[in-house]
Amino acid sequence: MIEVRKLKKSFGPNLVLDGVSFGIEKGESLVIIGRSGGVKSVLLKHLIGLLKPDAGQVLIDGEDITVMNERELLRVRHRFGMVFQGAALFDSMNVAENVGFAFRRDRRLTEKEIARKVSESLEMVDLPGIEHKNPSELSGGMRKRVGLARAIVYEPEIVLYDEPTTGLDPIVSDSIDHLMLRVRDRLQVTTVVVTHDMRTARRLGQRILMLHDKNIYAKGTPEEVFGSPDPVVKQFIDGVSDERNLQS
Amino acid sequence: MIRDAYNRVFRWTQGMGRLTLFAKEVLCSLFGHRTSGHDLTYQLYYLGVKSQAVVLVTGAFTGMVLAAQTYFQFHKVRMDTATLAVVSVSMCSELGPVLTALMVAGRVGASLAAELGTMRVTEQIDALRTLATHPVDYLVVPRLVAAHIVMPVLTLEAIALGITAGYGVGVFLLGIDPAYSWYNMLKHTDARDLAIGLIKAFVYGGILAIIGCYKGLTCREGAQGVGQATTEAVVYASIAILITNFFLTLVLGTLLHTL
Repeated sequence: MIEVRKLKKSFGPNLVLDGVSFGIEKGESLVIIGRSGGVKSVLLKHLIGLLKPDAGQVLIDGEDITVMNERELLRVRHRFGMVFQGAALFDSMNVAENVGFAFRRDRRLTEKEIARKVSESLEMVDLPGIEHKNPSELSGGMRKRVGLARAIVYEPEIVLYDEPTTGLDPIVSDSIDHLMLRVRDRLQVTTVVVTHDMRTARRLGQRILMLHDKNIYAKGTPEEVFGSPDPVVKQFIDGVSDERNLQS
Repeated sequence: MIRDAYNRVFRWTQGMGRLTLFAKEVLCSLFGHRTSGHDLTYQLYYLGVKSQAVVLVTGAFTGMVLAAQTYFQFHKVRMDTATLAVVSVSMCSELGPVLTALMVAGRVGASLAAELGTMRVTEQIDALRTLATHPVDYLVVPRLVAAHIVMPVLTLEAIALGITAGYGVGVFLLGIDPAYSWYNMLKHTDARDLAIGLIKAFVYGGILAIIGCYKGLTCREGAQGVGQATTEAVVYASIAILITNFFLTLVLGTLLHTL
């Protein structure tokens, strides 16, 4: 469904992705792990065309999106939903307007139908009845869940999660994990999660990719990756710092 | 030193190229997509109604100062009654549109850059794009259309209040004969002067909206990036308005006064 071929990306003189290649099957749940600042989010943003690579291709059902302009990409993005690290809710709108945004722009549904879809989506993320609240009145966990409701309300085929549990306490993180699983199983969507939370990776991933040193360092099922004897993989999974990390 | 100068010219040229491509994208969107009436109404309120106070104060005090200064000079050669004619022509074709545009660039240009810049650094622009919405269609076009509409209206208000205030200062404070002043003002002020002012205002509306939105949408990360984008939006819009004013004065003056 999604195929990434020899993707390269630099920011100024800094090369951050150096020939990354992998594929994602329809309905699969893929987790991308790696250190903070390890450009996982950069890779994720390439999948939906928010960033253009310097070289390489991103194919969605065989269609190369790296050569498309912004208007052509809008058509492809109808198939995606994305949950951002900071939720990225529109702060000038209330929750209902945020969640129903895409429908209002589309103008195909009546206000009544939009309200029903918004309500269903908020129920899916266990936040019924908060339609009239503003984003500033919500906690971090609630904002993430509203972001998730906004991403799934128009039933996309692929949902991308950018660090969905970062900055949340373990209990809220746990609830977000369960919601992601619920969305995946109920809507049968292809899921790509970028995280450095090992519990999330273990729970959601049917396959795990580890990014290290500008490329994919390890890949496999959760059992294979978490059981890897490789010192770099092991160090990351166990969360052990070394002398160099302490100095940096 | 030569290398530094080359880099500066290169960056400036690159920036102008990007701004031109942005303007082209806005133009395509303007004629190719429907703007939401709700968004346009809100922008008309935000850019127009909320700029009233600053524009009216600017217009009134400019007219008053211009009347006083002109009177002090004209009084020496006993041309007191020509004072209001100067105030009227200046307010219509130059001071009204330019000062209104500079004041609105300070208020609205900064606000556009800050709002869109904050949306960019908090990933709200990316969120728009993932929701299959082009940021230019949703954010830029309603602001541009609103700026084109409100600028001539605000300028007209500033001109009217400037002339009225100048008349008040001239007649009631400085003792200029009201009947002759009024006669000279009507005699020397042409509808073409007003037309020049309103055309200029229309153009300045576009300049300040395009530069404000461009700076916001391309701002760098962090609070410093938003701050810099805001400052640059005001500075560049003001400079662009002043430079454009010179060329518009030449072109419109030549065109309209030869008709």
